[in-house]
Amino acid sequence: MAELWFWLLALVLGVYAVLDGFDFGVGMLHFVIAKNQAERDTLLRSIGPVWDGNEVWLVVAGGTLFGAFPALYAAAFSGFYLPLMLVLWLLLFRALGIELRHHFDNLLWHQAWDVAFSVASGLLALFFGAALGNLVRGLPLDEKGNFFEPLWTDFRVGEMTGILDWFTLLVGLTATTTLALHGALWLALKTEAELRERAEKLARQLWPALLLLTALTTAASSSVQPQLLANLARYPLGAIFPLLALAGLVAMRVFVARAARRAFLASCAFVLGLVTSAAFAIFPHALSARVAGRELTLAAAAADAGTLSGMLGWWLPGMLLAASYSYLIYSRMPKVFSTGGEEH
Amino acid sequence: MTALGLHRLHFAFTITYHYLFPQLTMGLALVLVVLKLLALYRADPDYDVAARFWTKLLGISFVMGVVTGIPMEFQFGTNWARFSRITGGVIGQTLAMEGVFAFFLESSVLYLVLFQEQKLGKKLHFLATGALFVGTWLSGFFIVCTNAFMQHPQGYFRDAAGTIHLTSFSALLLNRWAWVEYSHTMIGATITGSFTVAAAGAFYVLQNRDLIIAQKMLKTAVIVGTVAALAAAFPTGDQQAKLVHAHQPEAFAAMEGHFHTEVGAGMTLVGQPNVEQLRIDNPIHIPRLLSFLTHQRWDTEIKGLVEFPRDRWPDNIPLLYYAYHIMAGLGSLFIGLMALSSFLVYRGKLFTARGALWALMLAFPLPFVANTAGWMTAELGRQPWLVHGLLRTSEGSSENVSSGSTLFSLLGFMGLYAMLSLLFFLLVTKQLERGLVERRVA
Repeated sequence: MAELWFWLLALVLGVYAVLDGFDFGVGMLHFVIAKNQAERDTLLRSIGPVWDGNEVWLVVAGGTLFGAFPALYAAAFSGFYLPLMLVLWLLLFRALGIELRHHFDNLLWHQAWDVAFSVASGLLALFFGAALGNLVRGLPLDEKGNFFEPLWTDFRVGEMTGILDWFTLLVGLTATTTLALHGALWLALKTEAELRERAEKLARQLWPALLLLTALTTAASSSVQPQLLANLARYPLGAIFPLLALAGLVAMRVFVARAARRAFLASCAFVLGLVTSAAFAIFPHALSARVAGRELTLAAAAADAGTLSGMLGWWLPGMLLAASYSYLIYSRMPKVFSTGGEEH
Repeated sequence: MTALGLHRLHFAFTITYHYLFPQLTMGLALVLVVLKLLALYRADPDYDVAARFWTKLLGISFVMGVVTGIPMEFQFGTNWARFSRITGGVIGQTLAMEGVFAFFLESSVLYLVLFQEQKLGKKLHFLATGALFVGTWLSGFFIVCTNAFMQHPQGYFRDAAGTIHLTSFSALLLNRWAWVEYSHTMIGATITGSFTVAAAGAFYVLQNRDLIIAQKMLKTAVIVGTVAALAAAFPTGDQQAKLVHAHQPEAFAAMEGHFHTEVGAGMTLVGQPNVEQLRIDNPIHIPRLLSFLTHQRWDTEIKGLVEFPRDRWPDNIPLLYYAYHIMAGLGSLFIGLMALSSFLVYRGKLFTARGALWALMLAFPLPFVANTAGWMTAELGRQPWLVHGLLRTSEGSSENVSSGSTLFSLLGFMGLYAMLSLLFFLLVTKQLERGLVERRVA
């Protein structure tokens, strides 16, 4: 049961990364792609109706983690205290950035919130990537299963790590590039004419960088966390996660500029593949440790079996219901956003 | 300040600030449903105009609630890790339910309510507004349900290691305390919503701006406000006080400032609690009233605080006492003001009674104070427990987070929330300035 919940949680986080990921990407890129306020407005309108719902997936992941794995929630959230507070503040600026900009028709007002939205989106992508890097690399857990990571120590992957070291920064950079590309493909799908061309061009330019970063991250992950290769030997089926990412990466390049919808879906597969591959590198632990033997196991992290099965009883129908609202909004929003013209 | 004190202040500050917005959002959502219903039922587009105005303000309040609400969900883990580990199997359920059942619904329909009125048509837009109301009020339920478990735990089992396990989902969700607390809290939010709408209505009526719509809106708000102000005292406040008396008698004695056991106990209306001397200084006292309100008999015994062991006393008795008295005092004021206004509506004189209009316009901050004081009564009264009778507050904080880190984030939140206050003020002022009727600027 605990293992089922682990994978459900990985799935929720993966969906969160796919959905909020593209609006992070739009946030990072709107200064690059738009040449004036009217164009920027178009780009931001393409995520306006959905970004809030996308972010709910993060809140739901947090709540589900709390209910299903109280000990993991407690150890990870208190151990990641400082970066989480920064994430909360960035989320605040990001929400204000997109929600408040249209309240005043004033250039300075727009510029301030557009910068806030852009910077917060980029930093959040970096931080979420670094967080994933921390989970894969393993944490400095003590005998009681607690840890408290400073933001950085000596940037080496030793026993007393900080949030940021060369490995987590590499993962963070990969995540940022991934989501930028993901956002560019969303814009290529949702805009037209010049905006669309610029988005496609940017996607093509970002792709080789992403390829290189993905290769580096994969190599670094298997050396930093030997569990990854051990798991592949133990559960060969788990190879589908990295293969999903690989297929997405290749398909993205094939379809970009030819079939915008397929290219975006390929990017979704890539993001989902990355998150689930990271989960696979941690499995069957809830938290990997820098010192062998101190890992927090899934069994120790989980609520009791009765609670977990009872939770499944309301959670699955609830998530189906939620998926139906999301579908409703995505199907009602305009197919294409254009500058000046009508939406259709 | 100790590390524990900082963790408490951190939570108290962020939750107090956060709850200023959801109480407004939930209250406005109800008023909006009433306005939209009147628009449909009476086929009167004036109510639609009023609804549009409040939808915009609800949107602003909603955003503020979201950005200050996400930190709350994280804070259980960041600042209260031991508490989360011990009780997560229980309260993690209700918190996750809030996300799954309420947040998805709210975030989806808010877009429809704000931007798709034209496309949806009258009836569907009314339904979307109704769904938004359901979403915001569901969210409130799951949070109150979480709090009710901490006030009066039900449906649990505690193992040898001290971990609390859930044994019954229905006992958790049907906890009597949860339903009484929920009714009282939602009535409180309705008071905030209706007073806010009434204040804006009075503001426009006094200035003779958009007069017809402002009058209709004001009248609606006064009627909703009168019902809510009465319901806050009876039955919901009365039921809540009786539950506290039955299950948290120490808290009950402390909030009433009732130090010594009395037969035919009196009620203190005003006075300063002197905890050192165990008495109320400068009291204004109504004899026998406390016994009557508690048991419906004038001569029953009410236990004083001294009967209970000191280590079960709430740790800030004066603040608890004042919080409760401020809530109850303001609640009485609300009944008076709204009853008077309703009477004037009935006589057809409200819109010319400038004194009453001024009072309604200036009264809007008071429900925020009363709701805050009410929550402080609940939370300070629960002390020294985090989960009443099971887990002490001192046993729940994160041991691995230093007081320096806690102060760092507390100061950060204080700064950011000061900025939010300025922004909120700016946006609301702009809406008020623009007026009820949307005028197209060429």
